[in-house]
Amino acid sequence: MSSGNREKLDNPVMEWVDSRLPIFSLLQKEYGIFPTPKNFNYFWNFGAIAMVMLSLMIITGIVLAMSYAANTEIAFDSVERIMRDVNHGWLLRYLHSNGASFFFIAVYIHIFRGMYYGSYKQPRELLWMLGVLIFLLMMATAFMGYVLPWGQMSFWGATVITNLFSAIPLVGDSIVTLLWGGFSVDNPTLNRFFALHYLFPFLIVGVVFLHVWALHVTGSNNPLGIEPKGKQDTLPFHPYYTMKDSFGIVVFLIIFAGFVFFAPNYMGHPDNYIPANPLVTPTHIVPEWYFLPFYAILRAITFDIAIPFTGLVLCPAKLGGVLLMFGSIAMLFILPFLDKHPVRSARFRPWYKIALILFVINAFVLGVCGGKPAEGFWVPLAQLCTVYYFAFFVVIIPFLNKKEPVVPLPNSINEAVLNKNTKAAS
Amino acid sequence: MMIKFTLTLLVVVLSFSPLAQAGESSHAVEKQNWGFNGPFGTFDRGALQRGFQVYTQVCSACHSMKYLSYRNLSDLGYDESQIKAIAAENTTIDMNELDEEGEPIERPMRPSDAFKNPYKNDQQAKYANSGALPPDLSLIAKARAGGPDYLYGLLTGYEEPPEGVVLASGQHWNKVMAGNKIAMANPLSDDVVGYSDGSPTTAAQYSKDVSEFLMWAAEPKMEIRKRTGIKVILFLLVFAGLMYAVKRKIWADVKK
Repeated sequence: MSSGNREKLDNPVMEWVDSRLPIFSLLQKEYGIFPTPKNFNYFWNFGAIAMVMLSLMIITGIVLAMSYAANTEIAFDSVERIMRDVNHGWLLRYLHSNGASFFFIAVYIHIFRGMYYGSYKQPRELLWMLGVLIFLLMMATAFMGYVLPWGQMSFWGATVITNLFSAIPLVGDSIVTLLWGGFSVDNPTLNRFFALHYLFPFLIVGVVFLHVWALHVTGSNNPLGIEPKGKQDTLPFHPYYTMKDSFGIVVFLIIFAGFVFFAPNYMGHPDNYIPANPLVTPTHIVPEWYFLPFYAILRAITFDIAIPFTGLVLCPAKLGGVLLMFGSIAMLFILPFLDKHPVRSARFRPWYKIALILFVINAFVLGVCGGKPAEGFWVPLAQLCTVYYFAFFVVIIPFLNKKEPVVPLPNSINEAVLNKNTKAAS
Repeated sequence: MMIKFTLTLLVVVLSFSPLAQAGESSHAVEKQNWGFNGPFGTFDRGALQRGFQVYTQVCSACHSMKYLSYRNLSDLGYDESQIKAIAAENTTIDMNELDEEGEPIERPMRPSDAFKNPYKNDQQAKYANSGALPPDLSLIAKARAGGPDYLYGLLTGYEEPPEGVVLASGQHWNKVMAGNKIAMANPLSDDVVGYSDGSPTTAAQYSKDVSEFLMWAAEPKMEIRKRTGIKVILFLLVFAGLMYAVKRKIWADVKK
């Protein structure tokens, strides 16, 4: 990672280091003068915000691990000890538990921004796919983290989700035994989940590094979705976007602090303050809110797929649900190859814009369905929404590839910015 | 506009949290006007002490509170000597202190001891309560949807069963309990606990005080949390203002 022709630094100590390991030159290149489109809106803050949340989660998590005991006999007690007796333990734990929710909020908005402005399109396909991989790792990390307090929802959530793998033909049961480290969710499960919950954030850091690296190769997309054509279209990252990001981060932290300090259990489930009891099943087992849309997709498949009149079941309902749930993430993964439309930004794609807004609403409705018991009209509603979720990717987007009328694009970012400002002035 | 959009999105997201959804009980829990509601709310020390009295004289016959120690009672406004006296009202068999024959000794409890458990173990608790295990109350205010409102509703929710409903022996009708059938008999009635501060000695007052006490027990750091929160939010607001001013100044020469 040589930075090519290096400029000499004034400070002799920095120069000594930089000539041997050009870390200051690298920072200057990637975060100092890094040319960034000048027309970002506040949606472009959420990458930096997600980075802050990841750091916060790792720091609070490591400190919590110093007082937490991964043993089914005392896990719940050790969490209560953190809440009551460890200095500022309540603060650490509430930062960590609400931090997970706010990390997901930031990342969901970040993903929406990518979809709305076509950030996943050529040449940023790999950048996007690394992002989806981060999302997948986050889901695994969050799921295992939720198990650690060993409350009722921890235990039963772990039971339901790990049992999903048993739907896989032939090897499913062996996989479940491996996950559990035995024949039910028990102490070995808690131990391995704790070990993996500690490991995964560092895997996330690794993939985030690749994600940011890929970003610094292609450069950022922007709300117009057209590439910068020269200096007049860009600004150096510092101080323009370091400042804008700082402001956005602080605003996000205000909302976050509102929850941590004034409604710390709002996004949690009361049942998780009941110690895990393998003999008592909660009335409704629900995952954390950020999994609800996927949980709804999982439960939407209530029927076996069989060959008519033979009774031969090709795909039992459980396997169908599991396939669709993982398929819903896979759809995001292959989105860059489904969407071939040459225009990136939804600003210039009126039909795609409508389809995407419907997709977001659809995801919220799925979330509501996931939080309700799987009965009554919630089942067909979840099924309908699941159909739209997948139709968006495999029907609507390919259809729009050929049929969508293109709204004329501005010639350059600079021109668009100037036009907008003259309009605003007059 | 984007900020507005984002905030709206946040609100929508949050409204889907499990807590935002309707509770499971067949009767809506009425919200009470607690002194500890809201960002500036604090516990009422008098209510906490009365609630502790109700717990000690009534609830503690069957319910443990294993995450609380007598030393925690300093939050309720008791001083050290009062706490020592309260703790010493009970004795414990201390496995770490042996007499010369090597038998564990029975000694008065100390402030550092956890609240006395009415039963030796869960098995004994179940046996004494016709098979139903009285839950530990340390976290009960956070472990039930509705929290203290639910507890108050439950304690004041005992009614005659509707006509045609036959209750099994050991069951009682409660309008707030999920499924309406509860193993615990109505624990509170007027004048069962004598208050020294002149508060009304009614079942409703007892219920209110003990619910507040249980909320404190479940969330003893609530007051420091809110006080810290006010400072953090004020700091962040000033910081955000500063960041915005700097950002505007830096960006002033960009868009012309």
